[in-house]
Amino acid sequence: MISLVKHILGITLLIFSFAISAADEVELDLRQISQQLVGAKLKALPVIIKQFEAGGEVALPMLDAMLKGRLFIRKSDKLIVVGERQENGDYALMDALSAESLTALPKKQLKKVKVNNRLRMQLRDIIARVTLFSADPDIRESAVRNMLNKTSKDNIAMLEQAKNVETDSSVMELIDLALAINVLTTSDIQAERLSALEIMDGSLEPIVFNTLSTLLAQDDAGNNLEADKVIREKALKLKNSIQQEIDFYELMEKLFFGLSLGSVLLLAATGLAITFGVMGVLNMAHGELIMIGAYTAYVVQLLMPNTLEYSILVAIPAAFLVAGAVGVLIQRGVIRFLHGRPLETLLATFGISLILQQAVRSIFSPLNRQVVSPSWLSGSWELNPIFSLTYNRLYILFFALLVFFILQLVLKRTSLGLNVRAVSQNRGMAKAIGVRTEWVDAMTFGLGSGIAGIAGVALSQLTNVGPNLGQAYIIDSFMVVVFGGVGNLWGTLVGAFSLGMLNKFLEPVTGAVLANIVILVSIILFIQKRPRGLFPQKGRAAE
Amino acid sequence: MKFNKLIKATAAALSLTLSFSALAADTIKVGVLHSLSGTMAISETTLKDTVLMMIEEQNKKGGLLGKQLEAVVVDPASNWPLFAEKTRELISKEDVDVIFGCWTSVSRKSVLPVIEELNGLLFYPVQYEGEESSKNVFYTGAAPNQQAIPAVDYLMNELGVKRWVLAGTDYVYPRTTNKILEAYLIAKGVSPDDIMINYTPFGHSDWQSIVSDVKKFGSTGKKAAVVSTINGDANVPFYKELGNQGVSAEDIPVIAFSVGEEELSGLDTAPLVGHLAAWNYFQSVESDENTAFIEQWKTFIKDDKRVTNDPMEATYIGFNMWAKAVEKAGTTDVDSVEQAMIGITTPNLTGGIAVMNSNHHLSKPVLIGEIQDDGQIETVWETDGTVIGDAWSNFLPSSKDLISDWTAPVSCGNFNTKTAKCSGQNF
Repeated sequence: MISLVKHILGITLLIFSFAISAADEVELDLRQISQQLVGAKLKALPVIIKQFEAGGEVALPMLDAMLKGRLFIRKSDKLIVVGERQENGDYALMDALSAESLTALPKKQLKKVKVNNRLRMQLRDIIARVTLFSADPDIRESAVRNMLNKTSKDNIAMLEQAKNVETDSSVMELIDLALAINVLTTSDIQAERLSALEIMDGSLEPIVFNTLSTLLAQDDAGNNLEADKVIREKALKLKNSIQQEIDFYELMEKLFFGLSLGSVLLLAATGLAITFGVMGVLNMAHGELIMIGAYTAYVVQLLMPNTLEYSILVAIPAAFLVAGAVGVLIQRGVIRFLHGRPLETLLATFGISLILQQAVRSIFSPLNRQVVSPSWLSGSWELNPIFSLTYNRLYILFFALLVFFILQLVLKRTSLGLNVRAVSQNRGMAKAIGVRTEWVDAMTFGLGSGIAGIAGVALSQLTNVGPNLGQAYIIDSFMVVVFGGVGNLWGTLVGAFSLGMLNKFLEPVTGAVLANIVILVSIILFIQKRPRGLFPQKGRAAE
Repeated sequence: MKFNKLIKATAAALSLTLSFSALAADTIKVGVLHSLSGTMAISETTLKDTVLMMIEEQNKKGGLLGKQLEAVVVDPASNWPLFAEKTRELISKEDVDVIFGCWTSVSRKSVLPVIEELNGLLFYPVQYEGEESSKNVFYTGAAPNQQAIPAVDYLMNELGVKRWVLAGTDYVYPRTTNKILEAYLIAKGVSPDDIMINYTPFGHSDWQSIVSDVKKFGSTGKKAAVVSTINGDANVPFYKELGNQGVSAEDIPVIAFSVGEEELSGLDTAPLVGHLAAWNYFQSVESDENTAFIEQWKTFIKDDKRVTNDPMEATYIGFNMWAKAVEKAGTTDVDSVEQAMIGITTPNLTGGIAVMNSNHHLSKPVLIGEIQDDGQIETVWETDGTVIGDAWSNFLPSSKDLISDWTAPVSCGNFNTKTAKCSGQNF
């Protein structure tokens, strides 16, 4: 029977399509094998799974479901099914082999087919071999990529077969690369190996660099492992050029990390740049306003469980309004009575921050809450095998800049902005010409707080949403504003990005703990030299 | 007339207080020293509830030595010096017979001098870095050889890991554990180039560079793994970043010593699936004791969604052992109970038997599990039998000759087998 299946598979590989009757027979056969999964011990699974490979694409949905932990055994009749969790907690089921839909069942009536990392690796290898001839070039590409690191004899034979029928150029390149690596490491003929090296030239796949490193390695006595001098020289040249590219992309990566950290700092500090920078209020509850924004994102997500993908977009204005309202309350209720008394303001807002934290603990429990990342904010944008940008950081970078420029527009182009600037530059004069300073104060504080709330939504995608969220960012925020220059929004922008960069360039050298200390110390020294920060207010605005 | 009334009232009040104190003398006081506020409240509140549940159950069974148990709960508020003060209060003022408490090593170190001075009794239920053995403390959590070393063995032998990232939060437990692991790996023939050690501050949230370094470290063709002693909150952004940068559990598995069911219940488990955790207990283990325990916990806490975890099991074992030892000694006197404790056995929740050894550490099975998408951890590997907790690591030069044995004739927490001397200092 097995040999028949193999035979069928052989034909299929050649002619590229499944005859209907053959597929049925394979399915029947697979059904028998799949029943072995029932009651199988974890240790017995690799042997069972191996047999699925013969089933080719028919077994694919089953292998894929197992890889993702979605393969179940229906307790009532021991049928192997693929289950997907639904809104109501039940599992939508379909037959693992025929893909026929079955009635949904609660979890209790299903038993999960266990998988562990070793099985997942095996499954991945099998899926790669099975999908090597898939119609979709993307699937073929990931199949070849998987086989790149495992150049066993069987795999090479399959890749050679695939090469003959491959039409897509990028998949072809990968296949050539895999074969070239194989030639380089196994062949004895110099010319063949040299042309293999030629093919490997310019590839950034880690496996290429590793192969070259092993080739050029020396044993303990200092003898070269590779005897052929010509090959060695060529390989060394190749390795050096790859190394150069790796260095370049590492630098790019560091720059991106710095920008990303800078954007987080910018978001956290922009609100403070208004309340502290423009209004001069030492607001210690700023971190808690960020936290309120993050919790708003959590609540919005609870309110719209069916559209989790987009709840984060709704959360942005919601967080602005909620945090802004809390900010106006704080300003009207406490801060306005303490005008011109910075020390009392500091203590009062510190007290408010404790109250807000405890309130959140009482309402939401001290445990962290979970804000789901939508799929468009997960994963990364792979530019090449060694350089990729994570989407959440990328979006937040653009978002931070967007918020910053909108704020600039508000301050420069609206009447509120004009009033804010007037009050912050000369309160008495503004009052004299009829500006409602009290109202402007409340609105400005609300604006700054609202932006803090928006920052909270962004942070909910990066870190924990818990009562202590704000504490982690308050010091950084003050640092950025003071470093950039109090009262100057552009200073905040430059300050945030330079601190982010500095941190990310220091971290690989000193470690994360020391990097923080170094930055803190250098800011203290900087402030000694320039007490008004990078971009001090000049002229009459400075008073 | 009025005066008479006053006297009567005073007399009544007096007799009332007298009868109260008479009642109080008939209970055994159990101190509970877990933070109920501050950063550690997340983890420690659960243990406070576990002790209360155990006390309630013991009282239903008729208490101990014919007396009811009475819990004295204090809140050291995640403030390490306050732990020492509260211990003093519990022993001197409240006159408790035993204390269940502490989570972080730094809080335990703060309690140690007080509990030794006042000759109290502490049950410590959390995995820790070892290198300590006090006459007044029973360690019911795992020592490094009951968690870290078997975890490394598993990765090395079962998954063929050749390169190691030891990542931890910057404080005493990760630093000591990583020191032991580094020595162990080098003794096993791993080259120092294949070990990368990294420390981050508490609550670290920007993991970009570190994850990118780990990725590079793991792409040299040799199988790499991360041994994580990263604490609490910082784990979520760490795993998230791993997921986003495309590092999967099959490529570079992360084995964590501080991530349990309780921590998992508060977060999106999608990026964690397939990563590993090493403990002595998982909620998913199937045994009669465990089923009963989970049932009891859910009823007690009145929440069907609450989970159980390893430190809870350690509290459960510790409490049952103490109860047995008190019955055996026939008194709650600290010295008698301490001696009675050694050799006490009680069923653990994984279907085996826990034994209290003469070094005040337990014998425990070691389980390695993979994190599932429902926040549970499925066992994928376990030790054949139980492992005896080792107070002093054999892999550190400073402690390899030391043993702890609280039975005669040694009766010492750090007995040097080479010089045959007891340093006399208990920790």
